This record gives sequence, C-alpha cells and structure tokens, in this order.
Amino acid sequence: MLLIRSSVGRKIIMAVTGQLMVLFVILHVAGNMTIYFDLINAYAEKLHAFPPIVWSYRIIMITVVLTHIVFGLILKIENLLSNPHGYVIKQSIRKTFASETMIWSGAFIALFIVYHLFHFTVQSINPELSARLNTDAMGRPDVMNMLVGNFQIASIGLFYVSGMIALLLHLSHGVQSSFQTLGLNSEKSIPIIVKAGKLAAFLIFVAYVSIPILIMVGLMDL
Amino acid sequence: MDLSLFVWRQQAPDVQGEMVAYSAKGISEDMSFLEMLDVVNEGLISNGEVPIAFDHDCREGICGTCSQVINGVPHGPMERTTVCQLHMRNFKDGDTIFIEPLRAKAFPILKDLIVDRGALDRIIQEGGYISVHTGGVPDANSVLISRKDAETAMDASECIGCGACVAACPNGSAMLFTASKVSHLAALPQGKIEADQRVRSMTNAMKKEQFGNCSNHYECNAVCPKGVKISFIAKLNREFIKSMISGDSSD
Amino acid sequence: MINGKCPPGPLEEKWEKHKDGLMLVNPANKRRYRIIVVGAGLAGASAASTLGELGYNVEAFCFQDSPRRGHSIAAQGGINAAKNYPNDGDSIFRLFYDTIKGGDFRSREANVYRLASISNNIIDQCVAQGVPFARDYAGYLDNRSFGGAQVSRTFYARGQTGQQLLIGAYSALSRQIKSGTVRFFPRTEMLDLVVVDGSAKGIIYRDLVSGKIASRAADAVCLCTGGYANVYFLSTNAMGSNVTAAFRAYKRGALFANPCYTQIHPTCVPVTGDHQSKLTLMSESLRNDGRVWVPVVKGDERLPRDISEDERDYFLERRYPGFGNLTPRDIASRAAKDACDKGYGVGPGGRGVFLDFAEAIGRLGEAEVRRRYGNLFDMYQKITGEDAYERPMRIYPAPHYTMGGLWVDYNLESNIKGLFVLGEANFSDHGANRLGASALMQGLADGYFIIPYTIADHLARIKPGVVSTDHEAFVGSVKETNERVEKLLSINGKRSVTDYHRDLGAIMWDLVGMERSEDGLNEAIKKIRALRNEFWDNVKITGEPDELNQELEKAGRVADFLEFGELMALDALERKESCGGHFRSEYQTVDGEALRDDSNYAHVSAWEYKGTDKRPFLHSEPLEFENVDLVMRSYK
Repeated sequence: MLLIRSSVGRKIIMAVTGQLMVLFVILHVAGNMTIYFDLINAYAEKLHAFPPIVWSYRIIMITVVLTHIVFGLILKIENLLSNPHGYVIKQSIRKTFASETMIWSGAFIALFIVYHLFHFTVQSINPELSARLNTDAMGRPDVMNMLVGNFQIASIGLFYVSGMIALLLHLSHGVQSSFQTLGLNSEKSIPIIVKAGKLAAFLIFVAYVSIPILIMVGLMDL
Repeated sequence: MDLSLFVWRQQAPDVQGEMVAYSAKGISEDMSFLEMLDVVNEGLISNGEVPIAFDHDCREGICGTCSQVINGVPHGPMERTTVCQLHMRNFKDGDTIFIEPLRAKAFPILKDLIVDRGALDRIIQEGGYISVHTGGVPDANSVLISRKDAETAMDASECIGCGACVAACPNGSAMLFTASKVSHLAALPQGKIEADQRVRSMTNAMKKEQFGNCSNHYECNAVCPKGVKISFIAKLNREFIKSMISGDSSD
Repeated sequence: MINGKCPPGPLEEKWEKHKDGLMLVNPANKRRYRIIVVGAGLAGASAASTLGELGYNVEAFCFQDSPRRGHSIAAQGGINAAKNYPNDGDSIFRLFYDTIKGGDFRSREANVYRLASISNNIIDQCVAQGVPFARDYAGYLDNRSFGGAQVSRTFYARGQTGQQLLIGAYSALSRQIKSGTVRFFPRTEMLDLVVVDGSAKGIIYRDLVSGKIASRAADAVCLCTGGYANVYFLSTNAMGSNVTAAFRAYKRGALFANPCYTQIHPTCVPVTGDHQSKLTLMSESLRNDGRVWVPVVKGDERLPRDISEDERDYFLERRYPGFGNLTPRDIASRAAKDACDKGYGVGPGGRGVFLDFAEAIGRLGEAEVRRRYGNLFDMYQKITGEDAYERPMRIYPAPHYTMGGLWVDYNLESNIKGLFVLGEANFSDHGANRLGASALMQGLADGYFIIPYTIADHLARIKPGVVSTDHEAFVGSVKETNERVEKLLSINGKRSVTDYHRDLGAIMWDLVGMERSEDGLNEAIKKIRALRNEFWDNVKITGEPDELNQELEKAGRVADFLEFGELMALDALERKESCGGHFRSEYQTVDGEALRDDSNYAHVSAWEYKGTDKRPFLHSEPLEFENVDLVMRSYK
C-alpha cells in the first residue's frame, strides 16, 4: 500500500499520528489544570466512569503511539543508510537542535510514557500513594494525594520535568513539521505555523511542568 | 592572498579517499573559487602530480554542474550562489578551506570532488514531464494560464539539478529536487492531467534510488543556489495526498 | 561547386512541398534503424527525443554528466517566433527578412524562411511541454522586443529562457529514455566519426569515467555539438564547449562552412587578470538604458564620478547618432575594442568601457532601474564586487556564438551521407551574423521539426544495421584514437594544456577576432602552426588514460582547436570582404563600416580537409536571392 511503502506516505502517517497525540496531550493537560480549581479528584472520577470508553480510548492511543514509534524508527534507519559517509566538516544552517534530535526526544518520551503509565495508571510504583488505595473525604480515589506525595520526592519530580523538556523539544519541531508534511500550509503561512508550533509546544510544556514544580518547591500542598 | 586548502582526494569509486593539504598562493580576490582551484591544479601539473578533479561547465551559475561542499556547506558560504559564482573576495588571507564532494548514498563518488548524480535524472525519467508528442499540439495561446500560476511554475522550475539539496540534507533526501519538478508541472493546466501518477512514481523513484526521507529540517532550501522554496515540498505532499484520495489505487 | 539542394518554387511553399516529396520509413521498421545523436543541448535533446518518440532506436551521447546541462541552458534573453500576438505587424516573412538581413545576406533564403515558419510551432510545442513562458495578467503569452527588432516577437521565461527550453527538451528526452527508445550515454565524448563507403556509420567515443575508448555503429549520425567560440580561450561558452566532434567529422571528409563567422557580444564582464577562465555575458537589454563611454584622456584613472561630462566620450552616441547605444552587436563590439586598442580603455589592463546608468537612474529612479535590471546588477556585483548603482559597470566584448559550422544541405545532411548536423554545429541559418533570440529557435527547429522528416529520407534508402563495430573502419579508428591518447600522454613536456589554450586564444583574439587583416591573418596562421608544433612536443598531461582524466579531455579539445584555428584564419583570409561578424580592415567604407562584396562573395565557403599542414580545398556554394534585395546595413 502506497501509504505504508512510500517515503511520503510514511511521513504522512507520522504527521497524522503525531497530530493525534498532540491533541491527546492538549486534552490531558487541560484535565490536569483542574488541579488549580481543586477539582482533580472529581475530574478523575468522571473520566473513569465508563470503562468501555476508557478502554477503547486506551487501545486507540496505544495503536497511535506504536505506529508513530515503528514508522519513526523505519524512517530514521532509512535516513541513516541514505547518508552513510559523513563529512569531515559539516555546517548546519537552518536545522535546529530540536529537529536534529527528534529520535532521541522521541525515545525519551516513550520511556517517560511507560514510566508514567506504571506510575499513575497502573499505580504500581510507590503503591502506598496509589489513588486507588487512598480515597478522599468524598470516597473518591485521591489523585491529589498521589500527585503531591510523589512529586514531593525530588527524583520523581525532576524526571517528570525532564520528560516534559523532551516533549517541548519534540513538539517545537514536530508541530510545524506535521503541517508541512500534510501540506497544510502555504508560502505565507509557513513562518506563522513554525512560530505557532513552537508557542504551542511551550505553552503545553509550562502547563504540564507547573504542577510538579509547584509541588516540589512547596507552593502546592494538600 | 594565501590560503590553506584541505581537499578530498579519491582516485576511483571504490578506493578509500582522504583529505589532502594544499596551499594556494598569490590568489587574487577577483578570482572565482574555481579559478582558484585552476591555479592550484596548474601548480600540481607542473610538479607532475594529478590535478584535483572537479565538475564544472558553464561557470555562470546556471548549468548545475559544479558541486562542492566548502567548509561544510554545499556551494560555500554565499547564499544563492553556485561554487562557480563564488568569488575569492569572500575569503581572507590565511583562511583554511575544506573542500569535499557532495556526499549521499545516492551520489557515489567517481573521483575526488566528482560524484555521479544520475539518480536525479532517473527520478525525472519516472514522470518529470508532460507526455506530449512533438507536433499536433494546440496554439500556444489556446490554454490560458494565470500569471500567478505561470510565476509559480517558473519559481519551481528554476531548479538547476545541482544536488546541493541532497548533500545538505542530514538524511540525503531529494525532496526539494523532486518537489520542484512536481510543483512546476502541477501548477500548469497541461501538467495536471498526469499529476496523480507523476507524484507517485517520482516519490517511489526517490526511494528506489536510496535517497532518504524528508524530515523538514529545511537545510535544502538554505543551500539552494536558486532559492527553491520549501513550500514546494508541501505542495508535493498535497499532491501525494490528493493522488491517494482520488487517483486509482495502483502504484 | 556544391549544391545546397534547396527546393524550387515559391518561398512559402518550398518546405511543405519538399516534405511531401521525402521518403518515409514504415512504422514497423523504424526500430530497426539505429540513430546516434551526439550532444544534448537544445538541438540534441529535441532531436533525440523526437526521433525516439517516432520509434527509431536512438543512442544519445554527451560529455556532461546529464542531458540537462548543455550550454543552451545559459541563453538568457528569449526565443523569437512570428506569432504576431501583439498585433504589431510581425509575420513569417518579416522574421525571415530580419534574420537574413541581420545575417548580412550570407545565408540561404530557403533555410531561413523555413526557420521563420517553424518558429510558431516551437512555441506551441514548448508551451505544451510546460515551459513557463512569461504571461500577462489575462493569462496570455507575453512578448518583448529584443536585439533592436522593431516588433515584439521574443518569448521569454524570466532571464532563463534557454534553461527553461532545455529543461522542456530534457523532460521529453527523459520520457523517451524511460520508454526505452533512447539509450543515453552521459560523460562520453565523441572522438571520431566512422565513415564507410562515404556514409556515416558510427562514432568512436571515450567513456570519460573509465577512460575506455569504445565505438557504436548506427545507420545515421546527428551531430548537435554546438559552436567553437572556445577557440578564443576566453568566451561566454561553457568550459567544455569544443569543436572536436565537428572537427573530427571534417577530418573524415565533411565540409566545414564559413568558419570565420564568429559573433562577439558587446556586454560581457571584463577580464580581471591572467587567471580568468571564462567570460560572463550580461543581457544585451542593458544597453536600452545604459550609456557607453570612455574618458577623453588616455589612461585616466580617476573614479568615474570624478570625470566630468566634457571629459567623457560617449563614442557610440557620437559615431552612430541614429542608433546610439543600441547599435547591433558587431558594431558596438568593434567600437569598444577600438577605443581600448587606442588606449582609452578602463579597468584592469585597460580592457573595458563604462556602461553608465547614472542618467537612467536620474530619469527613471533607482527603483525602476532595479526592477528592470536588478538580477543583472546582482550578477555583476557577485563577479566584480562593484555596485553598479553607485558607479558605472565596466563591459568588454567577448566571443559568444559561431555562425560557421559543418556544411549541410537543405535536409541538414552534410556531404557525408547519413551525417546530419543540427543547431549551432551547422552553418545554415544565420549567415554572417546571428540576431538575438534566434539561436534557441534554430536549435529547436532543427531537432523537433526538421530532422524527423529529413532523416527518414536517408534511412528509407538504406538497409538497417549493415555495418557493425567489427568492420575494419571501426577497428582502425579505435586504434588511431587510442594511439592519439597515448601520444598525448607520452609527450610529458613542460607546459600545461591550459597554457597552450591561453596562447592560442590570444592569437585568435588579436588576429582573427573582431577585426582582421591580410597581414594579421597570415601572421596568425604562422603563429598557430608554431604553437601547434610546440604543443605536440612540449605539452604536459598528468594522470592515466584509463581513468577519469580531465586534463586529457582538455588536451584532445585544445589539440583540435590548434588545427581548427588555422582553418578559421584561412577562411577569413579568403573572404576578401567584410560582412556581419567578419570584419576585414581592408574592406570598409570611409566611415569605417563593413563593406560587403556581393558580386564576388555572395557564397558559402566550404572547406574540405586534405591532411594536416596541407591546404584544405575550398568549395563554394553560391547564394541566390530571389525574394530580398541585398541592401547595405546602416545604423548611422
């Protein structure tokens, strides 16, 4: 099939799965923001109210993530094979640190996701803080307690912050790149999309890291 | 001015090459970069050595033959300038200059700075044309083309096929080259008829010729001596999506 | 006396009637005929693609690494056609007349008329191929006036018309390569023509990568190998442009016609020093608004802006008040060289005259000048480092195009049967001087619309594939070619190939350049012979024969130029008149203008090779003019 075999087709797969994940990341961080209104436990309870929806959602996301990873690796390997002789001296003009390190920022994000799933979804890391085991005053799983308890451990907080730095890098190139690959731009809009992509990556980053950082520095507590 | 050069010397395709040091003495700032190399070569010949082989022909920036990577940048430090139009006044006395061939899997080195860019021709052979017979065509003014479309086609068609885009690309991708041809023809009514088939077979050819994939670093555009725009890559992508949606399923 | 075989009858019916009389090759038989096409500029690419499309078995060769790089690509201005889209009075006859008059009445009426009538088909063809010609806001094709023509008949694609037309022909060729009708051999150089029983049957070539000498047999050979302006060493031609293929054919018996007709273009960037490897042309359109001048005082080294108006000599305006700065190429070039020879030149070595835009900037504003000529000013700045908005450009004439070439009849077939010559490599359509925007037209006319008809007439008369490369003519020629390569490499003297080429260029420029004299030409012949002898004794070429060896390539080309230069000088000596690009100081009017001699020289001079160091035999083909009056060109 053209989509899977062709170089451009594979890039389109990367762009579409990438954009779906960006959408997910935005929804996720919007949910996170309920913490500032003291609604995180309520939000978490609502979110998990209908298991069939939760599970179909999870299956879709796993497929998307795995597809993105598999094709990302294939493309990367092909690219390495296409330029086997290095230059003795090579200068880059427009390439950015972010664009160059997509494979590494992506790999780190993948690692982060695995940890994050065991940490806050399966909740098998630091089980004593698990929201499933501790309920709040209204009998709901106490997500707030789990977050604060975990992020007060500096190593965990810092790991989350570094995961988000990887995400920042990945998105600062990935967002505009996906628009280019899908042809959703024009001569005029390219510079705007490049800037907007970086801005979006930065806003997402700030929103995410605000929680562990505030908890770590003690500005957010139970 | 006097310069130190480090030049890639490689006797034949399957022989290991290396950077060799030369000095270029008494270079005038009015010389072109290739004329500076001419001077070095004349010196080598008079010493009974084999001169540095490099591709060049028109020496006025249009034929696309010259192809060197100077201090890590294809065509050297001046924007929108081929090696042959790069003049020595852009360097200073005592500079060290590294000269390498265009490097990519699809461009095997033939000798020294000369590479085989036949892969680019083979991409064009896969559809970089309008299938028109000689003769039997309508009057030139019978198909009107808006000025905007004609200008877009011309912008895309400025590509000189030098291969700098491939050499600059960290992935050795030929997307800018291929996109320029796809966009040139897709901008014109005559070219739209075969557009679906063209974009598929040309992108397939890129892969077959072992060019890498585009990851939108835009290094290609930065070194392109004709400034071919990256919006043409987006145009190729759109053409590709269109062909997947509306074209027949075979590829 | 030789016969161009121009068909009889009224001018406008000649080609149509002639085509109807040509033999055809059965479609099923076409693939059995092999045609070799050498060269991949406009003429070669258009011929190879069209012949391939017709079903012939085509093999095409070029020395470049790709058929997209022939020097047609460097043509800037445009391509003429008698479409009369602007409704300004143009017609096929007018284009014909302008071309034949521009050529100073030294070309065949029948050929030129055919060229003019085909010009319209070319534009149609190129548009259908997707050539992005300039258009107006309503979407119609735009035209401009060019080279002093009184009508706007030039079609253009920015300043890159040649590039766009060549890419069009290259794409058509690519399509045929894909379909298997054309087999392409890049990085190969033709080194000999194989003639069997008076017919061209193949070529010997060197594979420029492996160095191997090989041969291919065919039923016809088309040479589309361009012009020989590089005999001057410095010219606007590409570095690789050479006369070798045509000259080898000449040595095998093909007649060489009018080699002394060369065109010197007035607006080129001047030479800066001995290191100069080639010259760069800037579009002639610069003269529409620039004023040409030199200081009144010899060797005036002040900055141009410090030289007051009354200390300047606007010599074109002074000498040719009617046309001023827009006098034709040959006249403007000669006047500039004249000023420099007398010591008024400016810039390094006094080889340049000013082309001043100060007046235009004052009249039109800098923005308008930038809009019209911005790309040329940028190019000038890249090369010279000078800002032409601030100070005048310096320009100097440079050899640019050669009207002479292998002799061909009306069918583009040389006197050797089955040898066809197309484009700049032949002599046929431009007479003694070529008009601007006509070279592209001729290359494509020959390749797309003439050769497909005329070659069939040759092929239909012969059996395909009779001669193979086992034939003794091939074996002998391969051996000779190998010996020549070995000879060149074995000399191992003191001076480089480029050294000799530079010396030859200096002789040609001084003595066989823009202005020629009997004494000068005799001196040139003597000097060329001496230089040639020295070359074969003292040239130094390093490297091996069986590898990519650019010095060896150059050496073969320069060796041929060293013989060809003598032929040019001889032809110039024999043509005791001035016409077009050939100006003999003995034959001029009292005002110093070219003086033609129509009663004695209205003919084509076609030279037959008789051996190195032997005088070639001069054939002549009378030119008959039934439709035009031979008038004197005047631009006063």
